[in-house]
Amino acid sequence: MRIFTTALLALMFVFQANANTPPSKSNTVTISAAFEFANVDPSSSGYIFTRMQVIETLFDVDNLGNLLPGLALEATPNSELTEWTITLRDGVRFHDDSLMNADTVVNSLNIALGKYGSLGKVPVKNIVAQGENKVVIELSEAYKSLPAVLANYSNVILSRASYAEDGKVVNLIGTGPYTLFEVTPPHKITVKKFDGYWGKKASIEYATYLTGHRGESRVLQAISGQADIALQLPPASIMRLKMNPQTDVQSYSLPRTLVLKLNNAHPYLNSVKARQALSLAIDRKGIASAVLGTPDSGTAQLLPRSMSDWYLESFAHPESDIHKAKAMLKELGWTENSQGLLQRDDKVFELSLITYADRPELTNVATALQAQWKKLGVKLNVSITSSSSIPAGHQDGSLEVALIARNYGVIADPLVVLSNDFSAEGGDWGAMNWSNAEFNQLIKQLNYTLDADKYREKAQRAATILATELPVIPVSAYTEEVSVNKRLKGFHFDPFGRDFYLSDLEF
Amino acid sequence: MGQLIYNRILQLLAVVFGVGALTFVLMRSLPGDMAFRIASSRYGQDNVSAEAAEYIRQELNLNQSGISSFFSWLIDLAQFNLGNSLVSGQPVSDIVSHQLGHSVMLAVAGLALSVLIAFPLGLASVKWQKWFEPVAVVFSIAVRALPVFVIGLIFILMFALYWQWLPVAGFDTPQHLILPTLTLAIALAATSNRIVASSTRQVLRAPFYQFSMMKGLSPLRTFQRHGVRNILLPVVAFIGIQFITVIEGIVMIESLFSWPGVGHGLAHAIFARDIPVIQGTALCLGVMFVMLNTVVDLLCYWIDPRIKEEQ
Repeated sequence: MRIFTTALLALMFVFQANANTPPSKSNTVTISAAFEFANVDPSSSGYIFTRMQVIETLFDVDNLGNLLPGLALEATPNSELTEWTITLRDGVRFHDDSLMNADTVVNSLNIALGKYGSLGKVPVKNIVAQGENKVVIELSEAYKSLPAVLANYSNVILSRASYAEDGKVVNLIGTGPYTLFEVTPPHKITVKKFDGYWGKKASIEYATYLTGHRGESRVLQAISGQADIALQLPPASIMRLKMNPQTDVQSYSLPRTLVLKLNNAHPYLNSVKARQALSLAIDRKGIASAVLGTPDSGTAQLLPRSMSDWYLESFAHPESDIHKAKAMLKELGWTENSQGLLQRDDKVFELSLITYADRPELTNVATALQAQWKKLGVKLNVSITSSSSIPAGHQDGSLEVALIARNYGVIADPLVVLSNDFSAEGGDWGAMNWSNAEFNQLIKQLNYTLDADKYREKAQRAATILATELPVIPVSAYTEEVSVNKRLKGFHFDPFGRDFYLSDLEF
Repeated sequence: MGQLIYNRILQLLAVVFGVGALTFVLMRSLPGDMAFRIASSRYGQDNVSAEAAEYIRQELNLNQSGISSFFSWLIDLAQFNLGNSLVSGQPVSDIVSHQLGHSVMLAVAGLALSVLIAFPLGLASVKWQKWFEPVAVVFSIAVRALPVFVIGLIFILMFALYWQWLPVAGFDTPQHLILPTLTLAIALAATSNRIVASSTRQVLRAPFYQFSMMKGLSPLRTFQRHGVRNILLPVVAFIGIQFITVIEGIVMIESLFSWPGVGHGLAHAIFARDIPVIQGTALCLGVMFVMLNTVVDLLCYWIDPRIKEEQ
């Protein structure tokens, strides 16, 4: 009996000790990336808290962009796609132990609707609770992509206690497998496993996210074992990481594309032939292998092969032909002057390109393009500025060419981003002074096309228009290199950047 | 002494107003739309748009005139309220205290360690002028010639990767402080050991020092009674100036070691046009500069009794 009591006490002591164990190397998975988060408000920084599995959305997304049930089991539209009934999962508890029901969901969605975010772009008329576990969203026009928008980080479901009276998020009380343990904006988040989680419970006690400002620092953190998972790694360091016995380097294709945004009203760019010539003069393979360090990433279309409805096999191998490009521009009246530059009506073919330093590779690609277009006879002046200059330049009409890294997977359904970027009025990060009646009609139709075959047919036609008319010129797809410490098991990567899948990890 | 403190208080008020007004005018004069910059920092580059900028403009009332927003800032300041960040919405006092706290911690630790390295190096350079001085000079030139992040990288390679004794980057634990402190200390000591050596040489050659030796005091006693205070005077003044430049200028160390200091924070706030954060940070740095100068003056006042006699 005495032995039994002693064993029981020892066991209780161990459990007690475990319950209060602070984060340490042995019970914490550490992630290092470049994101700096502003605060705990999902409308601005939700992306980091969904990745850390603190907060969740009504729907999840798999690696191919297909929607999966999340806090909601299903979304059923009416025949006109103007009313969606969302059935919620039963028994979901927030980290403050309150129960998720239709009222809390309506409250969160209405607050998200009032802030800047993806839901504000949906034609929502009304959001109401129907009983305890159904939410009805009424729209002013058909909108097929509503469930995909609801899977975006700005539309997470939080406990009522998370909000102040004015809707400001003061505590982040979500439903995820991890709960907030410590937050130090903009650099550090530590989360602790939540035992009351409705789904698969996490096995690792803590997870820490630490902003690694410099790519080199993140690489060194990975090599030293300080970071178990390191993201956004500079291509020059990949070989070194691959040689390190402690780490495993994995490559993933992202729905993010390096794109040249063009002012299509510019007198040198307002012809499809001129844009096609400029595209032909780009050595995408060279940029992909020598500048980006990912040899197969050169692309002449906006979306990756994984988004098959929008991917054109006929454009799978972009060609580069400087002679053909020169001939095409000659047809438009451009002739080569004594300095090797193209000239028309006594004016040199000269363009200004802006890009931003937030992503270091953009500067290198911009100067590579400068050199490649010089061979064509086009003088490209490159200036490095802030990313906010792109939409500002679009709005005031001053932009000529911009090199941007556009994320087409910010909403799982690319239709949402594409319809914003290539609308008749243009998009801050998409087309400028370009409109195509057939394309606009196709986008309108796609918003209420549920039949998969018809959807694919229309999407392929829309993608063909973009790839032929080139209102923007795609240069390269993005590949993310991730370093994972070999002490971790079960790592998988989310190309849509919604989740680090911490609850699937084990030591 | 009373006059000194009175003058410093007046200086402090002038600095508060001057720094606040200057940063405000400079930030407002920068080209580009503030609303787009703030939106980009708040929502990320993928989500910045004209719509986001308009939302920010309405929320933060950015359409109000510059004079009216400057006066609101002054009124808030009179109530010891530095306002809220335009990007995160957090109180500026919280942001500045977090960042400045980390910078001051790093600067104090780095400076203290640099003093511990610089004094023996400087004094040894004078004592063994023939063989040690060239070594110290080569060390100083080599370290000063290297960008500070290279020194940091060398330490990371040695202590974090090769021996794995210390973490590469981060904050919160004492271990995280060691490598940035060491990097900073070595960079600072490279200059300050030369100041110590030059000041020591000057004092040792001074007539009063020679006289005290001639009147029969032992070298140690001469050094203690007539050397230490005189050597300290220029060194204390130099370290005071070094301290404030360190707080402002350790962006590279903060970036390399992911240290959440004021240099890195200020650079981000400038990119984001987060005017309240820039004003709050510049204000605190200005106040610190005046206070530090006061401390240096008081220290010199205490070290050198001649100042008291002159007054």
